[in-house]
Amino acid sequence: MSTFLLILVTGVGLGALYFLVASGLSLIYGLMGVLNFAHGSFLTIGAFSGLWISTKVFPNPTTWTFLASMLAGGIVAGLFALLMEQLVINRLYNRHIDQALVTVGVSLVVTALLGGWFGFDARFLPTPLWFMKAVTIGDAIIPIDRFIYIAVAAILLIAMLSILRFTRIGLIIRAGVENRSMVSALGINVRLAFSTVFFIGGFAAGVGGVLISVFSYGVSPLMGGSWLIYGFIVVVVGGMGSIAGSAIAAMLIGITNQFANYYVTGLGDFVVVIILAAVLLTKPTGLLGKVSH
Amino acid sequence: MSSLEVKDLHVTINGSHILQGVNFFVPENKVTALLGRNGVGKSTTLKAIMGLNPGSGSIKFGGAEIVALPTHKIVQMGVGYVPEDREIFASLTVKENLSLAARDAQPNYDLVYSLFPELLTRTSQRAGTLSGGQQQMVAISRALLNQNKILVIDEPTKGLAPKLVTEVANALSHVADHSTMLIVEQNLALVKAIAQNIIVMDQGKVVFQGGPENLQDESFVKSMLGVSGGHK
Repeated sequence: MSTFLLILVTGVGLGALYFLVASGLSLIYGLMGVLNFAHGSFLTIGAFSGLWISTKVFPNPTTWTFLASMLAGGIVAGLFALLMEQLVINRLYNRHIDQALVTVGVSLVVTALLGGWFGFDARFLPTPLWFMKAVTIGDAIIPIDRFIYIAVAAILLIAMLSILRFTRIGLIIRAGVENRSMVSALGINVRLAFSTVFFIGGFAAGVGGVLISVFSYGVSPLMGGSWLIYGFIVVVVGGMGSIAGSAIAAMLIGITNQFANYYVTGLGDFVVVIILAAVLLTKPTGLLGKVSH
Repeated sequence: MSSLEVKDLHVTINGSHILQGVNFFVPENKVTALLGRNGVGKSTTLKAIMGLNPGSGSIKFGGAEIVALPTHKIVQMGVGYVPEDREIFASLTVKENLSLAARDAQPNYDLVYSLFPELLTRTSQRAGTLSGGQQQMVAISRALLNQNKILVIDEPTKGLAPKLVTEVANALSHVADHSTMLIVEQNLALVKAIAQNIIVMDQGKVVFQGGPENLQDESFVKSMLGVSGGHK
């Protein structure tokens, strides 16, 4: 029972990280039809920004400095995403192949620049000491960082759903995911919603990047690429444009991955691909998918 | 005085030259009906006016050139649009659909709910679960909420049951009394009831612009529209 609980909580924690990567990806595709291969770069830039705050600005790690590094990671990644949208994506709407090529290019450039600057070895991101502790639930000893991932993802999920549900920009985004040309035909500058979504997506990925650095024991220029693949899988399984779908799919994949890795040694990734294939064959729009046109 | 003036408008979609030099004007404070057989380019013309289909040529609204403007800027100049297939936001509630469309500081909800009282009882209902007629009411209401200078309406009675056609027609007749309107409509009875000006298109061009009295002439209707007057 203790092992089961440990794997379950670890799976939910991993799912929380997947959600942070996938949520922005999902909204960006759902609203704008942009398949953003540079999304992993947002994650990496967020992680390096968090690393800079945690090592250069506040070298003595506390809870507050870690919160500051998460916030900085989110904001810098959000601003980078916004900049990319304004300078590059803005000119390539409805040119899907060009978007794919350019965003792949941005991703390669960011990886190369960070690698050239910092090297490709993973760098340790300092955390408060209590991050290393564990809590005992029943017989299970569970590392406390899992709960942090879950809490941060839950806060961001609630924040995103609240923005989508209770604000005018959220209303515009929800409508834009369904039919962006009709949103324009109501006199609304839908590009403003595009920029907002890019910032939100970049922010979530940046925060995720800092947390992934803790989970993976280091910050590396290559981290974005490997997590982006899982981000895409979550988006496809959850449904393009659906935040709730991304949350459900992220949990499903995180938990399945962990249980499969433990009970069918090392086959976690294989089982995730099986889930992806099953969803694509039976429900191609994903669990809660919406399609923009 | 003309509210909208279209000159030598060309639209090409996927290599097909759909509009081939369209010319017409829409007089102020009058209802103008754009008529023609299916596929002659009526909806394409309205979409080009709204900036939804990129076109070349000239479209002047209130004297200002709008042919290259993005859609939202054209709408902000005071153009209300009701698209052919309603295009309501299915996952949003009726209230959300309306509030999204509201641009004025004081949107005219009183007008909308007086024309379509049924909507008042369905404000919390998802628009996707409404009947076709109710969805059309939402689509028309979105255009009526704001003080627009012109209403551009594409086939408002298409696919509606006869009772709902009457309800929508009554609402449009009410609005037509004090609006500039450009309407594409196949229902000639409705056109005769509200239009003071008609434009007939054929094969991507305007072939007639004049008064609605011409619609009383059976041979005119048959030659221009390919239907019998008053029956469709």
